Amino acid sequence: MDDSIVLAMHGICMTFPGVKALEDVDFTLRKGEIHALMGENGAGKSTLIKVLTGVYEKDSGEIRLAGVDHLVENKSPEDAQRLCISTVYQEVNLCPNLSIAENVYIGREPRKHGFIDWKMMNAKASELMRKFSIDADVTVPVGHYSIALQQMVAIARAVDMQCKVLIFDEPTSSLDEEEVAKLFDVMRALKARGVGIIFVTHFLEQVYEVCDRITVLRNGKLVGEYTVHDLPRYQLVAKMMGKDFDDLASIKSIRTKKPSDAVVVRTDHLGHSRTIKPFSLEVKRGEVMGLAGLLGSGRSELARCIYGADKPDHGRMEMNGKPFFASHPIDSMKAGMAYLPEDRKKEGVIGDLSVKENIIIALQARKGTMHLLSKKDQEKFADTYIDLLQIKTRDRDMPVRSLSGGNQQKVIIGRWLLTQPDFIILDEPTRGIDVGTKTEIQKLVLQLADRGTAVMFISSEIDEMLRTCDHMAVMRDGSKIAELDESQLNQKTIMATIAGGGK
Amino acid sequence: MRMKQKRPFNETVFLLKITITLFFVMYVIGMIVFREKGFTHFQTFLNLFISNASLIVIAAGMTVVMLTGGIDISVGSCVAMYCMMLAYMMERQGVGAVGAVAIVLGTGIVFGFVQGFLVSYLRIQPFIVTLAGMFFARGMTAIISVDMISIMDKQFLGWAQHKMYIPFGGYLSRKGVLIKPFIYPTVIIALLTLVVIYFMLKSTRFGRRIYAIGGSEQSALLMGLNVRRTRLNAYILEGFLTSIGGILFCLNTCSGFVEQARGYEMEAIAAAVIGGTLLTGGVGNVFGSLFGVLIKGTIETFITFQGTLSSWWTKISIAALLAFFIILQSILGNSKFHGREST
Amino acid sequence: MKPNFKRITHYRLFLPILCLVLVLLVNVIKTPTFFQLSIRNGVLYGYIIDVVNRASELVVLAVGMTLVVAASGGTDISVGSVMAVASAMSCFVLAGGQVSVNSYAAPWGFGLLAALVAATLCGAWNGFLVAKMRIQPMVATLILFTAGRGIAQLITRGQITYIRVDSYKYLGNFIPHVPLPTSIFVAILVVILTNLMLKKTALGLYIQSVGINKDASRLVGIKSNWIIFFVYTFCGFLSGIAGMIASSRIYSADANNIGLNMELDAILAVALGGNDLAGGKFNITGSVIGAYTIQALTTTLYAMGVTADQVPVYKAIVVVIIVTLQSEEFKKWFSKVTARRLLVEAKAVEA
Repeated sequence: MDDSIVLAMHGICMTFPGVKALEDVDFTLRKGEIHALMGENGAGKSTLIKVLTGVYEKDSGEIRLAGVDHLVENKSPEDAQRLCISTVYQEVNLCPNLSIAENVYIGREPRKHGFIDWKMMNAKASELMRKFSIDADVTVPVGHYSIALQQMVAIARAVDMQCKVLIFDEPTSSLDEEEVAKLFDVMRALKARGVGIIFVTHFLEQVYEVCDRITVLRNGKLVGEYTVHDLPRYQLVAKMMGKDFDDLASIKSIRTKKPSDAVVVRTDHLGHSRTIKPFSLEVKRGEVMGLAGLLGSGRSELARCIYGADKPDHGRMEMNGKPFFASHPIDSMKAGMAYLPEDRKKEGVIGDLSVKENIIIALQARKGTMHLLSKKDQEKFADTYIDLLQIKTRDRDMPVRSLSGGNQQKVIIGRWLLTQPDFIILDEPTRGIDVGTKTEIQKLVLQLADRGTAVMFISSEIDEMLRTCDHMAVMRDGSKIAELDESQLNQKTIMATIAGGGK
Repeated sequence: MRMKQKRPFNETVFLLKITITLFFVMYVIGMIVFREKGFTHFQTFLNLFISNASLIVIAAGMTVVMLTGGIDISVGSCVAMYCMMLAYMMERQGVGAVGAVAIVLGTGIVFGFVQGFLVSYLRIQPFIVTLAGMFFARGMTAIISVDMISIMDKQFLGWAQHKMYIPFGGYLSRKGVLIKPFIYPTVIIALLTLVVIYFMLKSTRFGRRIYAIGGSEQSALLMGLNVRRTRLNAYILEGFLTSIGGILFCLNTCSGFVEQARGYEMEAIAAAVIGGTLLTGGVGNVFGSLFGVLIKGTIETFITFQGTLSSWWTKISIAALLAFFIILQSILGNSKFHGREST
Repeated sequence: MKPNFKRITHYRLFLPILCLVLVLLVNVIKTPTFFQLSIRNGVLYGYIIDVVNRASELVVLAVGMTLVVAASGGTDISVGSVMAVASAMSCFVLAGGQVSVNSYAAPWGFGLLAALVAATLCGAWNGFLVAKMRIQPMVATLILFTAGRGIAQLITRGQITYIRVDSYKYLGNFIPHVPLPTSIFVAILVVILTNLMLKKTALGLYIQSVGINKDASRLVGIKSNWIIFFVYTFCGFLSGIAGMIASSRIYSADANNIGLNMELDAILAVALGGNDLAGGKFNITGSVIGAYTIQALTTTLYAMGVTADQVPVYKAIVVVIIVTLQSEEFKKWFSKVTARRLLVEAKAVEA
């Protein structure tokens, strides 16, 4: 292995049931380099990191580390740490009940006569905090401090371990500008010392500010490795979101009606304090409103706020002209809303229940506990949507978890279509689905709009949205930054709006 | 960049303060209300330790397991089993006191290992595992002997009855005789064990790992700690402590019978919770549990001195206190809340 | 032949029925007259009748426990103590505060009502702690597990209260001119009515949904917290019924012994019935079969000379075996081992 290279991953493959998370991915990290790893959701970047740090065991591929003769096979985070690969994760992975000093030194506490030397540990920790300009009492449980401070402690811990490879997995989501600047200073200092840093992020500005190289992943495959110099922002966004234009741009002709002027949903500075800044928008009857933006820009959070999955604590909302407030999703449903969650495994699919039960459950909930749908009705409804959506299942009583991802998604779509909503939110409805089904779903969206349903459509694939949307709201960093009307709906404008100003 | 944070509200210390205050308040009330009956004598205080030496050790063990986020409801039945084992071995099998004690300690380790393995490596809910353990141990007690066995072994009785006098705090009896206060070796053993466990939890890497996995198993794992092994070892340690507690209990009762120590696990859990150990894990310390035991002992003393109330009142008061502290913990816990709402 | 075998073993009730058959088999071997029935004084007698009779309380408890496990993935260990509370309330009301009476101080219906209300309140308390305060079910129910018997003692002033009235004994024994023990009918009625409630309303569906995926259930409009509150309250209610039966058998309220150790039996019945103790889909019939199996098992053990105090050892072992087989870790390890063995065999065939 070349002397300048500290980590080389070659041909990494990782498959989960039904999903190829990583397919033949290469990744090279050089000494003294800050290397960005980028890609949309499902691209595979967090899987790649987890393979490297031993959280997952790869199916195939090689990992080589400078200074280590044999191939690296990390079976646990313990192994990775022993090889001196330290990681800072997006979700703060500290123990909230332990003090700052303990968190920094857990597993390697300084000892005196076999017992932990608290004095020394606290002193060293205080020194470390000083280096990072963190003014905090190192003996207080870290859970009492803000997430931002906790994240800085996690960073300090990783740096203190003096590793040759340092991984930062979305570390800045909870930091403000000052703290991010401090982090970058630290990263540059480490770079000067020859440490290799992998920086996973979706913040474009940060990539261009501090990184040397960029590796882009898409749908589990490697798109390419580039130096920051050679890749302007626009091109980077294009590579992450993909420019596979389908020849089925013609499906837009399915639309026969234009959106009406009647407003179905209106929000007025609606917000949820920890997740989405106050936003105002309107969705009209028969309109498809798209939410564009990169991962982490707050699209799903906005959708959840409207539906009441996260109870809004700011602003107001109107449904069909009347003031509306949801204290529980059932209220939204009764007002005519439907919501297809982004994480279908965690929040959509009720795995052990049958296809039939998964389809009728939302309608059942709206009807009420006492009014059980008759077996005949249940079967009729289920069959209707199995047919309509071409759900591939042996019969309606199979447990939903035995279906493929795409078919599971269709079941959940069928669930909400059954409730015949006035307003439906589809959050990444085509993620992880084969091309043929994708097209079906896009056609479905257009048909819904034609029938007068208001639709909110979120997708990471811009061309998908271009094919279906009448109107678009653009998000960045947790707030809505712009709206684009029909005339502005082209790839160039959208990506420019997302990328924002700068190089 | 300054990130000044003011000293935040420390709920651990808060809970512990409540417990210690509660104990002192209760004890003082006792001294006032029952001063005629001798509550103010130093011996009354010492009796708290004498009667509850076993519980002190068991509560310490319970704390260790609860720190990992688990629980062990088999301790009461185990104590009964160990007592019966001691009695049976010494009286029916002619095993010497030392040998019997050694066998019981070994059994404690094995029992802890089995429970710990099921919890840690097979990931079965601690509650179910230890519920089965509870029924197993209680049943074993009956299998060893359905009848009560009294211990006559001279060596054992010698340990049990050896009074250790304390040179101060005595009082004059009505006849003018100086009554000196005393304790038994069980108290010394209990307090020594407590101190050892305290230092282990506070100043060894193993101890800190226990706190870590209770605080956040996920984080502990990602920080490179061996979570499974630590958890198993915690249960082994607790099994060992339970066997010590069983021996101390036996030194108190000098007999083995099937119905012994029923509900003891509840007292241990209550002592730990009242002493500030969080049910969710990661927070707690054995000195808090000591005060939990002392509070229980004080309530019992009240009831005894009062004379007319049934002993069930002790159980009910403990359950009520437990409910109070559990709810308190839950309220304090729910004040932390990040990002997306969950059901 | 092969496909059929697979279908049978995968039938949900296969395991529970198999266990029951095994236990009954052992019983018959031990006691050849096990299935013999005879009529004495107009009433059916026989070992099998005895088993079915004595299992009634457990059947009722198992129904409640099944729903608690299904919706919350937790267990209610207070059921035995709540039985004690219920019986204490009933006897207290019917004895008008005295220790022993020969006639009702109040109509029997009042006693029943008092018992059921008290038990339901206990269940609601558990439900409140679990659903609203988000306390772990085992811990939440631990409180009543301790305090319940104490409360029962208080209600009866520490005395065992006797209701020496013939009609009080009907519930736990026989109603005149009816050949089968009453409790059997009560158990069957509870099972039927619960099934109706679950199948004729959306409750059965909701309970499963909440147990499988609480978050997804909330998003489709199910009030998950209410469902959880409901199952614990209902379990309390059923414990009240079980308590009334138990009390009627001994025509008294014995706070120390009524319902003793029944919590493990109930959990065991649920597990034997093929229900996953982590929650989700449930099968009441399975739990009912499990309950009768346990009672038959207890009878077998008694026949082998095991005393009542010693029986728990065997139950504990059975629980551990079942839960181990159900655990994900074990299944993973097992499939890895069998895969390795198949690989070795395949290689051997190749060679």
